[in-house]
Amino acid sequence: MSLGQRVSSDHQLTRLLQIGIVLEEVVESRAAHHLESLPEEDRADVDAEVRALLADAAAESAEHRERLEALVDDLDAETVSYEEINALVDARYGPPADTDGVLYDQLCNEETAYKFYDDLIEAIEASDTEFSVDREHVLETLSAIRAEEKEGAQEVTDIMERRT
Amino acid sequence: MNTADQYLKAVYLAQRLEDGPAATGTLADILGVSPASVNEMIGKLEAQDLVEHEKYKGARLTDDGLERAHHALQTYCIIERFLANVLEVEEFREEARALESVIDDTVAERLDTIIDRRAECPDCFDAEADCCEYLEVCSAAE
Repeated sequence: MSLGQRVSSDHQLTRLLQIGIVLEEVVESRAAHHLESLPEEDRADVDAEVRALLADAAAESAEHRERLEALVDDLDAETVSYEEINALVDARYGPPADTDGVLYDQLCNEETAYKFYDDLIEAIEASDTEFSVDREHVLETLSAIRAEEKEGAQEVTDIMERRT
Repeated sequence: MNTADQYLKAVYLAQRLEDGPAATGTLADILGVSPASVNEMIGKLEAQDLVEHEKYKGARLTDDGLERAHHALQTYCIIERFLANVLEVEEFREEARALESVIDDTVAERLDTIIDRRAECPDCFDAEADCCEYLEVCSAAE
């Protein structure tokens, strides 16, 4: 067992990318669940800004997932389908109490994804392993996604601040 | 999960396996590191009041150490369950050990939203089998 934080094989890189895909699927699914979970009368209270945020978050996660899936495909591995993860989210989903709860959960989503990509990039950079995929391409893809997660977290924070 | 938390988790499991203080050799086996590395880290954890170390006997978690070890083992359980049940990885123990240093607690908490974990976690963790006793593939392997 290695106690170092580095990615030491194709296999481990694949596994971490698969985890990234699942995280994106969780974000996408939870964003969709949040709007559906609110009672009809409360849905009208959710302003257009929050609706747009959730819709954008779901779309962005889907796009991130596709970029990660392309990398996993290059590594000759498979991924867990969105439908499967959506069913798992559905089985254990507990709706936030109100719109602030929705926003807080969305902030957790963005911050967690950012942290995941940040750690993964660091672990790849700390490794001198020769991967069967182009290391620079992997790092560029992950860095671009990380930057979008950071922007996403900022957007949620801005909305939360405007609401207080 | 950082290195200190991995050690605290190992002390917790070794205490359960040995029903007493965690011997350096046992910790070295669990962590796959040298006894010298174990002694060095145990010294650091002792300085932070997370473990108490008695010469020739071994290490015991303090109350603060136990709390952190519980949390670390819950995170590890989430990773194992996720690998076994969601990604359907057969060698989930080995892979969880390889991945635990790269998976942050916040990431594990998100993964926890899609796995089915008991309220009594981590008490239901089987130290000998190195997995939760309620994990289907854990009992199947016994």
